Amino acid sequence: MDDPILFLVLTLDATIRVSTPLIFCAMAGLFSERSGIIDISLEGKMLSAAFVAASVASVTGSAWVALISAIGVTTCLSLLHGFACITHKGNQVVSGVAINILASGLTVVLGIAWFHQGGQTPSLPATARFMPIEFPFIETVRSIPLVGMIYKELLSGHSLLVYVAFAIVPMTWWIVYRTRFGLRLRAVGENPTAVDTAGISVAWLRYRAVMTGGLLTGLAGTYLSIAQNASFVRDMSAGQGYIALAAMIFGKWRPFTAFGACLIFGLLDAVAIRLQGVHIPVIGEAPVELIQALPYILTVVLLAGFIGKAIAPKAIGQPYLKER
Amino acid sequence: MSDGSTALPRWIDIGLIPILNVMMALVVSGLIIVAIGESPLEAVQIMLNGAFGYEEGIGYTLYYATNFVFTGLAVAVAFHAGLFNIGGEGQAYIGGLGAGLTILALDSLLPPVLVVPLGILAAGLFGAAWASIPAYLQAYRGSHIVITTIMFNFIASALMVYLLVNVLIKPGQMSPESREFEAGAQLPFMHEILGWFGIEVAHSPLNASIIWALLCCVGLWFFIWRTRWGYEIRAVGFNEKAAVYAGIRPAKMVMLAMFVSGALAGFVGVNEVMGVHHRLLLNFTAGYGFTGIAVSLMGRNHPFGIVMASLLFGLLYQGGAELAFEVPTITRELVVVIQGLVILFSGALAYMSTPWVTWVYVRLTRKSSVVLTGAT
Repeated sequence: MDDPILFLVLTLDATIRVSTPLIFCAMAGLFSERSGIIDISLEGKMLSAAFVAASVASVTGSAWVALISAIGVTTCLSLLHGFACITHKGNQVVSGVAINILASGLTVVLGIAWFHQGGQTPSLPATARFMPIEFPFIETVRSIPLVGMIYKELLSGHSLLVYVAFAIVPMTWWIVYRTRFGLRLRAVGENPTAVDTAGISVAWLRYRAVMTGGLLTGLAGTYLSIAQNASFVRDMSAGQGYIALAAMIFGKWRPFTAFGACLIFGLLDAVAIRLQGVHIPVIGEAPVELIQALPYILTVVLLAGFIGKAIAPKAIGQPYLKER
Repeated sequence: MSDGSTALPRWIDIGLIPILNVMMALVVSGLIIVAIGESPLEAVQIMLNGAFGYEEGIGYTLYYATNFVFTGLAVAVAFHAGLFNIGGEGQAYIGGLGAGLTILALDSLLPPVLVVPLGILAAGLFGAAWASIPAYLQAYRGSHIVITTIMFNFIASALMVYLLVNVLIKPGQMSPESREFEAGAQLPFMHEILGWFGIEVAHSPLNASIIWALLCCVGLWFFIWRTRWGYEIRAVGFNEKAAVYAGIRPAKMVMLAMFVSGALAGFVGVNEVMGVHHRLLLNFTAGYGFTGIAVSLMGRNHPFGIVMASLLFGLLYQGGAELAFEVPTITRELVVVIQGLVILFSGALAYMSTPWVTWVYVRLTRKSSVVLTGAT
């Protein structure tokens, strides 16, 4: 705390680490919701991925095999979501709730049955995890004031998945706004009948959208359990899937604004952790609960139309019925 | 509601298909038990015995069922208005806060005859108020109630942590709990009530709130199907545009349905705070709000169905605890898995079996009519 700039840089560093799963999930939600499928199962998918990644990593010892298995499982879960909402035209919120509850139960049941550690998976060795990557030339650059510190503390020393998350954002933007798939994705979320009239399958488009979401939540969960931490702990996603959902809405269903919201919410979380038990002049004990509840409060205020207007894709939540 | 069930008789639509859906959920749960390496039949036996085999077990089953009746009814009344209230958990939490605050303030001032009804009223009002904010935002500001109720669950949880850790905690105590209520402000346990009549039963957390829960069932049935407001709520849920033409204001009905829904969810606080714990504490809702979703879907949003589904979930909770105790490889969270599967099969995939059932039904009826015509 003695060096304010170092404190700031370290807080931003923590922000990057806690924002990463939010970014993955927000982009996952964006793909799904832009196609017209509400996805409140981000939380459950991320939790399942975290469990599968940690389990597979502890059995095989390979972080990559763990990553692929986690993505496999979340893709299956999103296919289940699609099967219920796209094929059977079920209620999208109900299906999402089912997946969340299923994940929160199944990860504990299987974890205890397989590892007998009260729902935790065995602690992983460094070789089975995505470890921090140290950038080159740290020793030479660190002598430069400020730039050196930023280079060493902020930019370097994150796991591969963090850099992937930050790369995913422009990629998402490019896919959604600059490709044919993206154009159709946006169209199917606004007016599926028009897409259908153009001879494009609404169902197949939406399936691809939810599967992309599955892939991204798989990355998020893997990051949680084998990059940020060294094992799976029950309920380790702790509502971050919902915060990501809030961030995506806060970002008005657009990649870069959603990314910004993820960083703000991540910053709030990082600040709340650092302020635990700290006395601030005037206010007294830091209101940690308030800071932690801020993402939710801000999202509600935004949704209420008090800060700009968040307009959802027009066809969101409605199953597409082809008229006969 | 179902679109493809053209010629299905009523008993199949509201009897057979819901049961089939629950059966599918239970079969998948059984497969999970097999995957863990245990016997599902043995598990069912232990669960049934744990839930109904002895007096204390029955008491626990009914105590859990009481919570599920409240949260199930809460989800159901919102469903009737076409709304999905995922915020039962938060509303129950705040309902408990209302009951707790009222009793903490009044239990040494007023006689029990007044404090207990005031506590129940406060639980309902606090829950209803907490649900009214998302309802208002949905009705008048156009924000999606699913998202806002989720957010309000988290806000409720943060608020309760703040209040209990900083404000309501009993001085000189480490765990974040309020002081215990005065004896008069506690709802009597069922074993006490039966004791007054000279009937001896084993001690369990089952208390007088179960009577209130059953009254709520009857009341809600009357409200939804026998009053004008209930009719208007259903009209809005069924077809909002048509309701507008009938002179109904959907925004008002959204507010009303969510108010009732929040009050019902808040009554979980009556059972937990006034009936069992006799103090305010953290996490007394323990996921009952979410179970309400499964209960309501399974009970097809009808009070009678909800009572049945609540009993089943009471059985699962109590039997599941017993199962976790008897079989070390199985944990209580198995019940959460079953709950998720029930929501999946009875909710999201509710109409998956309809085409199959229709196919079988058409085949059977046609065959029998062929046989009949052949005989004549």
